[in-house]
Amino acid sequence: MAESIPKIQILKGAEPDLSAATYQIHDESHTIGNALRWMLMKNEKVEFCGYSVPHPSENHINMRIQMYDGLSSLTALIQALKDLDDLCVTIDEEYTKSLQSGQFERWDEKS
Amino acid sequence: MASSSSSQLPPSVFNPRRHVGVHAERVSDVASTDFPGHYPGEDHTWSLARFKENLTVSVKRLSQRSVEFDLVGVDASIANAFRRIMIAEVPTIAIEDVFVWNNTSVIHDEILAQRLGLIPLNVDPALFSPRLPGDIPYDRNTLVFQLDIECSRGAKGAIINEYVTSGDLKWVPQGEQESVFGDLVPTATNKDIVIAKLRPGQVINVELHAIKGVGKEHAKWSPVATATYRLHPLVLLNPSKPIPPHLAQKFASCFSPGVVKVSPDGEVSIDDRHLRKETMSREVLRHKEFEGSVELKRVRDWFIYSVESEGPYAPEVLFPESIKVMRGKIAAIRAAAEALLADSEGPDAGAAAAGPDADGDVEMEP
Repeated sequence: MAESIPKIQILKGAEPDLSAATYQIHDESHTIGNALRWMLMKNEKVEFCGYSVPHPSENHINMRIQMYDGLSSLTALIQALKDLDDLCVTIDEEYTKSLQSGQFERWDEKS
Repeated sequence: MASSSSSQLPPSVFNPRRHVGVHAERVSDVASTDFPGHYPGEDHTWSLARFKENLTVSVKRLSQRSVEFDLVGVDASIANAFRRIMIAEVPTIAIEDVFVWNNTSVIHDEILAQRLGLIPLNVDPALFSPRLPGDIPYDRNTLVFQLDIECSRGAKGAIINEYVTSGDLKWVPQGEQESVFGDLVPTATNKDIVIAKLRPGQVINVELHAIKGVGKEHAKWSPVATATYRLHPLVLLNPSKPIPPHLAQKFASCFSPGVVKVSPDGEVSIDDRHLRKETMSREVLRHKEFEGSVELKRVRDWFIYSVESEGPYAPEVLFPESIKVMRGKIAAIRAAAEALLADSEGPDAGAAAAGPDADGDVEMEP
């Protein structure tokens, strides 16, 4: 794709202080959309968070975030991304631990 | 409603908040409720420490082609992200360009090319960089194969090369490839895939260029045959309405073998060790006499993954690969979001209207 498309765009209609904004994330889908929405909703300062895939043949998602107390939704987004990364690291560590413990059934599968 | 006392399952599994109800013709309580503000006075904000405490990942079965593991304590949105990534965004190498020098078989060129593309190759994708449209093919992004085969009649009417299989692909090393691959000669993971059938005199002579890609572009780049999950089944007996001994065998036969234990005096109990084998056929709900004595549930945050590898990855490394891809995506978005933040905090803080200057070409991890 063309280099000119930014990864994230703030759609028009956002509050000037970004306490409510819609972020258009390019080249992403339900994979990130739903996971990120869940993590944002775990933040108690988030009043509303939802995402949509506006059209199946358009390669982007719209993420709507509205905050309590006039806080910045962009900061909340960055925090959610950090937390999501921590979650990934934790799951990876646990999986590796389980795999290395070797406490599972091994079997021979005919192909 | 508690299950048998000698339970193999952790007691928290019987917390009704974690249950998805399975009824005769519908399911109930599908959506998760662990959000701040849902339960008054309870704290459901994100806490890594709490997440670590509740998380269990355990590999259950492993073969050379497939793996089954449990992921307990995560939301469906997270579990689904990893499943989607395993199918569509973990890269592999597949044949993309087919140059047909000669093809006198009954298979049309484009059908032949389609079939060749779908052959899983045993090449480690980490050795390659993606070749984007317009890029020049070279040894770091393109793998070349030759398929040159002619069918002929041998002694006593035997037909030589009647079947063209994936084992007939000949690797043509380019540049440094010979030293990089060493003994790991690139071939198909399965050498017995029939690509075409020939009659004496027919010829196929094609040159094949394989490149790196991901499953969302075309399924031929998907590293898995299947990557699915299901929720852990749960059968709850109602202690105030036990199954009468004369119906015990009938009750047990409503479930998968081993799930329901019947004692010699006809007492019914659930064997937790075999609970994961329950097919949740809902047969028990069809019988009037069992109404109210049993409930079928699934545990909302207990995911039983089943992943079959078809390609270069060992089955047990597919899940860590998907986590790697996920983290790459997160890093790319985070870099863009931080650039956006730096922009809005800049001299003219009228952020919302200003064109964001996010770095669009953040590198994704392979």
